[in-house]
Amino acid sequence: MQEHILSILIFFPALAAMLGFVVHKDSARAYGITVAAIEFFLSLWLWSLYDPMTSGMQFMEMAPLVSAFGISYLVGIDGISLFIIILSAFFTLIGIASLTEKRRVKDLIITLLFLEMTMIGVFSALDAIVFYVFWELSLIPMLYIIGAWGGPLRIYASIKFFLYTFTGSLIMLVGMLFMAYFYYQATGQWSFSLLEWYRLILPVNFQMWLFAAFFFGFAIKVPMFPFHTWLPYAHGQAPTIGSVILAAILLKMGTYAFVRFSLPLFPDASVAFMFPIAILAIVMIVYTAMVAYAQEDIKQVVAYSSVSHMGVIILGIFAMNVEGITGSVFLMIAHGVVSGALFLLVGVIYDRRHTKLMSEFGGLASVMPRYATIFGIMMMASVGLPLTINFVGEFLSLLGFYKQSHSYTLVAGTAIIVGAIYMLSAYKKAFFGTVTKEENKNLKDVNRTELLGLVPLVIVAIWLGVYPKPLLVPINNSVEAIVQLMHDKAQTAEAKQRIPDLAHSAGLNSTQEAH
Amino acid sequence: MLAPISISLASLHVTTMAPMLIAIAGALAILCIDLMKEGLHKSLYVMVSLLFLLLDLGAVIDFGNIFLKNGSVLGMFDMMLIDGLSILSQIIIVAGSMLFIPLAMTSKRFHEYNYPEYFALFLFMIAGFQFMVASDNLILIFVGLETASLALYTLIALHNRSKSFEAAVKYFTMGALAAGFFAFGSMIFYAITGSVEINQIALALAKDEYVNIGFVLIAVVFLLAAIGFKLSMVPFHTWTPDVYEGSSAALAGYMSIVPKVAGFVIAMRLFEFLVHSGVVWLQVVLYVAVVVTMTASNIWALVQNDVKRMLAYSSISHAGFVMAAILIGTTQANTALFLYWALFSFTNLGAFSMLWVSRQKNLIPGQSSDHPYEKFAGLVKTMPMAAVMIALFMLSLAGIPPFGLFWGKIYMIGSAVSGGYTVLALIMALNSAIAAYYYLKLIVFMFMKEPIAEYQKYYLMNASLSLKTIIGIAAIGTIFAVFAVNPLLKVITLFVYNSGY
Repeated sequence: MQEHILSILIFFPALAAMLGFVVHKDSARAYGITVAAIEFFLSLWLWSLYDPMTSGMQFMEMAPLVSAFGISYLVGIDGISLFIIILSAFFTLIGIASLTEKRRVKDLIITLLFLEMTMIGVFSALDAIVFYVFWELSLIPMLYIIGAWGGPLRIYASIKFFLYTFTGSLIMLVGMLFMAYFYYQATGQWSFSLLEWYRLILPVNFQMWLFAAFFFGFAIKVPMFPFHTWLPYAHGQAPTIGSVILAAILLKMGTYAFVRFSLPLFPDASVAFMFPIAILAIVMIVYTAMVAYAQEDIKQVVAYSSVSHMGVIILGIFAMNVEGITGSVFLMIAHGVVSGALFLLVGVIYDRRHTKLMSEFGGLASVMPRYATIFGIMMMASVGLPLTINFVGEFLSLLGFYKQSHSYTLVAGTAIIVGAIYMLSAYKKAFFGTVTKEENKNLKDVNRTELLGLVPLVIVAIWLGVYPKPLLVPINNSVEAIVQLMHDKAQTAEAKQRIPDLAHSAGLNSTQEAH
Repeated sequence: MLAPISISLASLHVTTMAPMLIAIAGALAILCIDLMKEGLHKSLYVMVSLLFLLLDLGAVIDFGNIFLKNGSVLGMFDMMLIDGLSILSQIIIVAGSMLFIPLAMTSKRFHEYNYPEYFALFLFMIAGFQFMVASDNLILIFVGLETASLALYTLIALHNRSKSFEAAVKYFTMGALAAGFFAFGSMIFYAITGSVEINQIALALAKDEYVNIGFVLIAVVFLLAAIGFKLSMVPFHTWTPDVYEGSSAALAGYMSIVPKVAGFVIAMRLFEFLVHSGVVWLQVVLYVAVVVTMTASNIWALVQNDVKRMLAYSSISHAGFVMAAILIGTTQANTALFLYWALFSFTNLGAFSMLWVSRQKNLIPGQSSDHPYEKFAGLVKTMPMAAVMIALFMLSLAGIPPFGLFWGKIYMIGSAVSGGYTVLALIMALNSAIAAYYYLKLIVFMFMKEPIAEYQKYYLMNASLSLKTIIGIAAIGTIFAVFAVNPLLKVITLFVYNSGY
């Protein structure tokens, strides 16, 4: 069973979803929680089996699908994908457990379980086409969740979300076909296996074009600055569960794909595009923070702040050294926990008041003290207070980029600190002062179901903020392998110099010690 | 005085005509049964047609084995040509017909199925298409084309609605024009090369090094128009939406698949040697035609209010997409064409059958056409299974993995990439994104809107067990396509490669 654990993890939710059609609609939620809990424990079991000291792929499975065209079912994980997979299972569980939706719950649960399959599939696929299959397939459940359970503009929002990402990923698909063709030219065989592609050294000129093709697919998903316009609509219209999954997991597909595809496949192009992308990332941090400050809707504040932090992740990735990439992979987890929790919290107040406008709130701290406390902790985590989960990731990401450029990092770091303003001001508007609205006086504090979802998130946010080592060690080991691969493949002098040579420096250290 | 000609019967290879003769025999048998006893139930005729088609398919597959052993077979004074292309396309034609003919077994009565002639004409039409693809001779191709087309016009008109007559007449007039073009084109080729066989024409043209390039171009224009009409390439597509709207959904689905595969084979035989001989003008024209057909029809499809018309434009767009294979002209591209069409036939069979089962006899007040989008609003709430089925076929048409058409699509785009047509590959990919919008529109109506009460009684009204079986087959073919792609690719590549394409 152990050697097939990844396939089980991927297809168990889908199978359960199919069987879920039979379950009576009143019991659907309990069924969903059971399935998601089993899945979560399976993912924890995966973690316990994972060997943190190995840097390569583990639990690999291979089965030919279309061997004439080099497509095979190839899955495997390393430290980078392991924790995002656990996070996906975790958030599906929490999302279903804290579900307050009353309309057609059974359909929603089945959709969520399908979505879980696609998420875990994306993060464990090592064949480009299998990756693409799950990547595209994840759009459909999300389309349905936004479109069927969303707000008044839900259809527009869901279609926009779908078409935007679909267009980007089609360009990426052409890029993948080109990669496979280059591989065919080099070896005489078609292959879409990522591990095979890693061994290809492409001419710099081709790398540029392919990097651009992949960039469209990934950047729209993240979403990076000029391509981010679908996200506020999607978040604004999506039901709570949709926003939670979207922010916590789906956006990470883009950043994960940068680490998995762009960097190791096109090291020279990545270095060449380092500063343009860093500029985009910084613009993304600053601009969306400013937009967030101007929002009146608390969910939009959270949405824009979530985009803003995605910018830091991008910055860390394109630092292209171990600290930066490790930090950004850790920040993906942290951002998932924090922004997922914030969307859940917004959902709590929305369920009570059916509005998300901050002007409708005020003084909630006195009416709902427990709610205000949890919101406060999560907000502090979001702005990167030391000893919370985000701090570790942001610090490492910035540290990584500091090695590439001092000035850029300074701007980005300042922007993050200033970014605290909008969160604090939103918190002030909603929670402090006197209770001005009559409706707010008798609001009930968070109940048991909601606590069930929120407390684990608070625990994780503080635990990993204080002691991140269990995650950092495996991530670090796998990132080192990628950075070394990039250095070995790099052709231009600039790339050789920008991407550190770990083997050599480690060798240097050991020789020094020998002396 | 003419010298006596002596030809042994064996050298004629009469068996090369066996598949078509089986279909014709089936048609005659149906007519004879009708002569003996009138008023028999349509199920008899459906089953008889199916049996003959099964024999037909068996004969074609038998030729497949012979081809793999001995290569292409010529027969009947070299009129018949049984090569890989003709075998592959005949398999698609016959198997596609076998999947479509049971759609006559509706639970409601329809006028046309009470005539045994309907089934006889259907079989004649299949024989016509088979002649078309199994020949290298422009005259026999023409005969096959006309046999098939005339039968098809009649089948459309038999649907007995004012719109059907309009459709049949429109198709007939335009088809007659196309037939004229085909005759003119062939005539010019005959005039400059002295042959009506495509391989002879190619040899003759190569021998005198295309001195008559002006005439070649004129002939190509005529033939391109004629074949473009059959394949509904823009700007010869104008009949398509009206004819689809006028015919029954079952027949419209059939028209979107079977006649076109015959057209593709003719286009492959006629144009690929020209593209390969570096007739730049043809490359440019084909390039433009492919891009315009894909893109323009996608944009027209965006604004349709009727699902059947939308599917009509979508099928134009798919034809344009596949036409790219003729332009690219590599073995991989030609393989992609057949792979795409085989997968497409399953998906489109499902999509049109889903329309067919909710066919209503009379329009309700305020309804503009048979299948407006509103008809399917909120379907997931009233009939979840039907909604999921339609959604599945729409997603496959949109090229969402892992459903059927996606695999055809990546193989086709992959062949464009390896054929050196980078920009074309990008245009093909982006067109899929445009197309996603109108397929999604139906999904949006089904899953995100509230049901409209008046339409509810029509859903699945026509569904009988055999129709549901067909839809089930289409769904299984669409979902599990991924496991069929590899064997299909291997077989198709073998056949295409060994035919020299």
